[in-house]
Amino acid sequence: MRIVNHPILTFPQQDMVTFTLNGQKIEGVAGEPIAAALHAADIKVLRHSHERHRPRGLFCAIGNCSSCLMTVDGIPNIRVCIEPLRAGMVVETQEGKGKII
Amino acid sequence: MITTEILVIGAGPAGLMAAIHAAEAGARVLLVERADRLGGQLIKQTHKFFGSKAEFAGERGMDIAEKLINWSSDVSGITIWKNAVVLGIYPDGVVTISHEGAFCTARPKKIIIATGASEKTMAFPNNDLPGIYGAGAVQTLMNVHGVLPAKRILMIGAGNIGVIVAYQLLQAGVEVAGIVEAAPQVGGYRVHAAKLQRHGVPIYTSHSIQLAHGDSCLEGVTISKLDEKWQPIAGSEQYIAVDGLCLAVGLSPLTELLWQAGCEMKFAGELGGYVPLRDANMKTTHENIYVAGDVSGVEEASAAMVEGKLAGLYVASVLGHKKDSFTKEFQTAKSQLAALRSGPASVKICTGLSKVVLEEVG
Repeated sequence: MRIVNHPILTFPQQDMVTFTLNGQKIEGVAGEPIAAALHAADIKVLRHSHERHRPRGLFCAIGNCSSCLMTVDGIPNIRVCIEPLRAGMVVETQEGKGKII
Repeated sequence: MITTEILVIGAGPAGLMAAIHAAEAGARVLLVERADRLGGQLIKQTHKFFGSKAEFAGERGMDIAEKLINWSSDVSGITIWKNAVVLGIYPDGVVTISHEGAFCTARPKKIIIATGASEKTMAFPNNDLPGIYGAGAVQTLMNVHGVLPAKRILMIGAGNIGVIVAYQLLQAGVEVAGIVEAAPQVGGYRVHAAKLQRHGVPIYTSHSIQLAHGDSCLEGVTISKLDEKWQPIAGSEQYIAVDGLCLAVGLSPLTELLWQAGCEMKFAGELGGYVPLRDANMKTTHENIYVAGDVSGVEEASAAMVEGKLAGLYVASVLGHKKDSFTKEFQTAKSQLAALRSGPASVKICTGLSKVVLEEVG
């Protein structure tokens, strides 16, 4: 969900772009972190851990903790908390370490 | 190879102030920031700061960030690189940097490390469930990007960050189910805690989280009361249904570059973990490396700004850029820092500092 009214902050309407998550079309704000767009669409499971396949989500939001690694445009281990969203991105929930080759 | 007099690593409150003051004294500065914007964590602080006028008291953190960013772009002598990650500091003085994805090398005469801190987590079953965030992540999502982290959140930790972020959650329209604090009293500013109580947010002192529940995402948590030895009291468990849990349990300094460069480090729990030994001029045990801000011990952003100013002024002076007003400005900054650390809330910080601040050199 996005904040509409806030006593201090204003969030002007911004350009929306379309991307896909596991093939499903989702809209987000161009340039915002992919994780923010996913949260706005109420999607919180970003990957599954490599040993016990536990769901993992966003934790630090500043590119520090590696909790939010996803596969973006075929490249695994992208920190989606700091990766800016662009139109047409193909985002996938990452399983384990991701396919490197 | 890029040559510069001073390399400042990190453009949060400490790094910006260091770069500005060094450049104003006449030094050439390269300021590198790993994020795609400047300001560090100030940009998500919607609350007004305390302190004195010199540290922008009464202004919101995000407005202070804007002032510092504008100031840094107005000063000649600062080159600013965003999306620039420092990879290594080598024994011959070469620093390797990934800038906009390109590999670069620099050879600065002096380095000021102002890399800040990262959030701590807590050990409890299921602490990795999606929906469990660091307090800073919650601020980034809602205050920078305008996205709500959850509908109903429980806050862990009633220190300054806990009470401030809990209030910011209310402002953003999130229901705050309560604040859980292991200590018998609220550690954060009373003014913020009082605001929360006026909004009917329960503060569970002498309580801690026992475990989180949920299959793919957080659905609730179990908290229990602690006895005077901080052990959970059997039978006191209570379940709170929430889709968000916010951990405000402290920060640890981001010291990787200092370790790598061989600076002598010491553990000071009061300052968040391992921090570099340094003198009162912010110089580490490495001849050319200085520190400022949370990387040298976690404190408020106000202290980080003053430390940045001290480091910037001092390093510039070492390189021969000494303003006429140097002595006065430097002493004033030192007094400001002492004043910031004079309150009862700073006793812990001062204990930590007494372990890591070396005798003043020179």
